[in-house]
Amino acid sequence: MAKGDQLSLSLRPQLANFVRLQHDDARNRWVLQAPERVLVLDDTGKDIVDRFDGKATLGEIIDTLVAEYDAPRDVIDHDVRAVVGLLEEKRFLRTEADDDK
Amino acid sequence: MTNNQGEVTHELEPPLAMLAELTHRCPLQCPYCSNPTALSSRSDELDTAEWADVLSQAASLGVLQVHLSGGEPTARKDLAAIILAAKEVGIYTNLITAGVLLTRSRLEEYKDAGLNHVQISIQDSEAANANRIGNYANGHRRKLEAARLVRALGLPLTINAVVHRQNLDHLPQIIALAHALDAQRLEIANVQYYGWALKNRAVLMPTREQVERATAVAKAATEEYRGRLAIDYVVPDYYARRPKRCMDGWGSRYFAVNPRGFVLPCHAAESITGMEFSCLREHSLEWIWKNDPAFNRFRGTDWMPEPCRSCSFKEKDLGGCRCQAFALTGDAAATDPVCEFSPHHQEMAALVAADSAPTEPRYIYRH
Repeated sequence: MAKGDQLSLSLRPQLANFVRLQHDDARNRWVLQAPERVLVLDDTGKDIVDRFDGKATLGEIIDTLVAEYDAPRDVIDHDVRAVVGLLEEKRFLRTEADDDK
Repeated sequence: MTNNQGEVTHELEPPLAMLAELTHRCPLQCPYCSNPTALSSRSDELDTAEWADVLSQAASLGVLQVHLSGGEPTARKDLAAIILAAKEVGIYTNLITAGVLLTRSRLEEYKDAGLNHVQISIQDSEAANANRIGNYANGHRRKLEAARLVRALGLPLTINAVVHRQNLDHLPQIIALAHALDAQRLEIANVQYYGWALKNRAVLMPTREQVERATAVAKAATEEYRGRLAIDYVVPDYYARRPKRCMDGWGSRYFAVNPRGFVLPCHAAESITGMEFSCLREHSLEWIWKNDPAFNRFRGTDWMPEPCRSCSFKEKDLGGCRCQAFALTGDAAATDPVCEFSPHHQEMAALVAADSAPTEPRYIYRH
């Protein structure tokens, strides 16, 4: 099973407050930065992360990207879950514990 | 990457991160301080404009992150200006501090300047031992206050705990403390034995049993705190059979700038006596990164002697740590003695066994 397969469609992903999305001009790519970590995003990954505002649900993000890319839903569903799963594993996302504060 | 002879070659990539040692001044005197044993004085330090220039050069070269460190970086009155200079060129800023000089107004200044993250070191979970290790009365209490202030201002926090024989048995309490302080991340760093720590090795070296217990505690806690506190635990390598891939390769992704503007492939590189480094007051950062003989000395694998040269692990661990090799063998080009293939590996085992024996904790404080 791939990372992120178990994620609920009602999850509202948001980057943790120490994570910064940034264009890496020297290498012409998008990266997520956290202390002592740099995660490289491809174009699709960047488009997905752009939609993490803590308000849109996973389901809504998938809907938007399906419309925007004019792509099959299962492909987008897989890509979005893979990115969220990876970021969750890297602890780059805001967690429920953060929300309690 | 391979060339047409089928040999592995190394193309020079731009650096990703830099460690800015803004000053060697520090109110604490930890006996494992990573600063060199010959400290720079305040009058030699790069000034605000010079640091701003270094950060601008670093960003142009490809640096994405700066760790603002020292000594104690908050001992500099112009720290907010330096943070702002990093922000203006798009560099992510991480403040590495002992925390004892932090006040709410200072921290607000740093935050307004664009500080992205704060890392506060603790010496132990309990005040008496912590203050004795740092040789600073009330240091522990002030660190806890600083950590709470960081979180009250909404800044993300990492707690960094340097561990050794005198505090390793408190690891469960250290982890609980980091969680209680509402840190997002805990970095558990085993002492590296060069510089000051080398002078104190017989007091600091943990026993094998301590290391095994601590490794199990850290592993269990990583699961237990998942989603609440991220725990990074680096297994100490002196009880290992293979060396660590130090710095991800010498002159590969990182560099450090010392308070006087000398650029180092690793913050501990000055412990390698006889090695000379270049200064930003004389050369550009780009020139140093690409041309400085000190950076090129241990890049790639061509510099390796045997047993590394013909070893199938050479691309994996890149021969281990140069500073550790020098500290233990007197030759910075030697195979890291942590490696079981090193001719010095047995001596290393004997040394570790001898130095982890019980002694009175009498430290040679950094001075």
